[in-house]
Amino acid sequence: MAVTHATAKSGAVRRVSAALFRRPAAKLALLLGPPLLWMVLVYLTALSLLLVTSFWRLNELTSEIERVWGLRNFETLWGGSVYRTITLRTAGMAAAVTVTDLALAFPIAYYAARMATPRIRSALLLAVTLPLWSNYLIRVFSWRIITAGEGPLQSFLGVFGIHRSLAASNWAVWLTFCYLWLPFAILPVYAALERLPGSLLEASSDLGAKGWMTFRSVVVPLVFPGLAAASIFTFSLTLGDYITPTLVGKGFFIGNAIFNLVGLASNLPLAAAFAMVPVVIMAIYLTAARRLGAFEAL
Amino acid sequence: MRNVKALIAVAGMMALLAAACGEEEVTPPGGDGGPAVIDSIGPTEGALSLIAWPGYTQKAWVRPFEQETGCEVTVKYGNTSDEMVRFMRQQGGSLYDGVSASGDATNRLIAAGDVAAIDVEALFPEYAKVMESLRSPPHNTVDGLHYGVPYMWGPNFLMYNTDEVKQAPSSWDVVFEPGSPYDGKITAYDSPIYIADAAMYLMTHQPDLGITDPYELTQEQLDASVELLKTQAGMINKYWAVYTDEIDGFESGDMVIGTAWPVNQQYVAKVPVASVIPSEGVTGWADTWMMSSNAQNPNCMLKWMEYTLRPDIQTQVAEFYGATPSNTGSCAQLDADLGDAAAIYHCGDEEFLASVFLWKTPLSDCGDDRGNVCVDYATWTNAWTEIRGAG
Repeated sequence: MAVTHATAKSGAVRRVSAALFRRPAAKLALLLGPPLLWMVLVYLTALSLLLVTSFWRLNELTSEIERVWGLRNFETLWGGSVYRTITLRTAGMAAAVTVTDLALAFPIAYYAARMATPRIRSALLLAVTLPLWSNYLIRVFSWRIITAGEGPLQSFLGVFGIHRSLAASNWAVWLTFCYLWLPFAILPVYAALERLPGSLLEASSDLGAKGWMTFRSVVVPLVFPGLAAASIFTFSLTLGDYITPTLVGKGFFIGNAIFNLVGLASNLPLAAAFAMVPVVIMAIYLTAARRLGAFEAL
Repeated sequence: MRNVKALIAVAGMMALLAAACGEEEVTPPGGDGGPAVIDSIGPTEGALSLIAWPGYTQKAWVRPFEQETGCEVTVKYGNTSDEMVRFMRQQGGSLYDGVSASGDATNRLIAAGDVAAIDVEALFPEYAKVMESLRSPPHNTVDGLHYGVPYMWGPNFLMYNTDEVKQAPSSWDVVFEPGSPYDGKITAYDSPIYIADAAMYLMTHQPDLGITDPYELTQEQLDASVELLKTQAGMINKYWAVYTDEIDGFESGDMVIGTAWPVNQQYVAKVPVASVIPSEGVTGWADTWMMSSNAQNPNCMLKWMEYTLRPDIQTQVAEFYGATPSNTGSCAQLDADLGDAAAIYHCGDEEFLASVFLWKTPLSDCGDDRGNVCVDYATWTNAWTEIRGAG
């Protein structure tokens, strides 16, 4: 009984797989259909609606959205110095965090990929990913406690004679971001370094290159896609985050301004227009990365 | 090239879709004949869903209400007035039955038809004992119709750490003027409505501006207030939006002085704090329980209004929250329970209440003979973004 059942079942599976084998198009549709549907319906539609909304306007008297096309929101963004300040502050923070994280990630990734024993390597990678096991909010809150007045950070700085609370400052935001996104910087750089063939390094040294020369002309060009991938993570994550500045900082970032435009002012069109700013920044960033050949090895 | 065409086609489809979505217009509720006034309480529905300020719906008085009426209460806390307005409008106002709205939210809700008019005098006998000036205040009574019942009121006073601020300040200048001894350790309320605090300060210190009401500002008066707040921004440690932010800030020592609610002072434990009413006066708030015009459980909401008006309940809330009851029947109990400490409550004190500039929604109509030259809340909001974004 059980045997017949199993045969019947495997027979059906066999027929389906045979049918799919004869029709490669159907196979492809089954394979790509669901994710494509998701991409188009959820992701692209949302993005296009955002774009469309940014050209509408808010009637300030009734606080209702008027579906009239116009560039008024973009004029407000360009004309009001406050939005430029916020954009520059956010992009500046994203750049600072990216540079710091890459500088921190490279040595760690290099050690893990090329110097550590397998046992230490696994321990190190586990340590790097360990923070990701806990909730993001908990990590941000712990940095709020660390950076608060009379907190651990202030005592630590006191050792170096700096008697100053960094609570609610951009320094605190920078430290928190660097901590939060470090795993996302280490892992791509590690993956790139791991794939670096040792023979190339030996060849370089055989040809008389010193350590620095090898590093500059062999390691960096080969690892560049990994560095670019890491920088895309750290840069875009910082650009989009608004919870960290709210909890550990004081100044407004793009996300905070958008949150206020939606929550306080109910000005969805202007919020949508401002939300296009990070999209544009990321588009420029990705284009630049592509020009520099960051995606060639992917 | 084909890819580009496909992309354009997709984008075009999206635009069509968006246009189709845009068709459904929001019809203003109420209709032509003005809002209907609710004047009776029917059988209760067994459930009640509220939006409230944190601390307003503690188990101590919600549990007895549930036992008495059989209405299961669920509460969503609102941290700001703007958040409360947003919550009240969710799902066409059917998600929440009622809200403890402050005066800067109430008029927005009334104007948009989000809340129901109620014949409070007929329905709630306790209404006769409500403080005279809170019986038909402009923040919840429009065109002679009442849109809810008053709950607590209180001032936004000046709170300070008594270890750091040795002498009690007598003016708000310590938080506004450059060169304040507390530069970098000042806090302020993170909301557009806080502009009124600056405007109130300017009433005394720049009388030439001619500010008569801190919520009815002309563009010029608003600009002067914004200027003052931009100066202040450099001295602010952190703005507080949620009351626990200020409590945390005071306890860590990062903040030593700033505007506060009574509940904030109540819960600062690790450092000694005190509060004063500075010579320029204070802004304040008077909260109203309002019912959604699309409430799913209107009768439970009416029962809740009846319940929260009772003097014993209001005393209980006042003692827990540090705010002042609107029902004068609570005062005797408050005095008996607290003794001398009851003085800061100013219970039933019409004179004190009159000196408080209660939150209300700024409108372009100044409400006096100046006419429509004032700036509305949307302009205040933009100004607030300007102040906060620069800092």
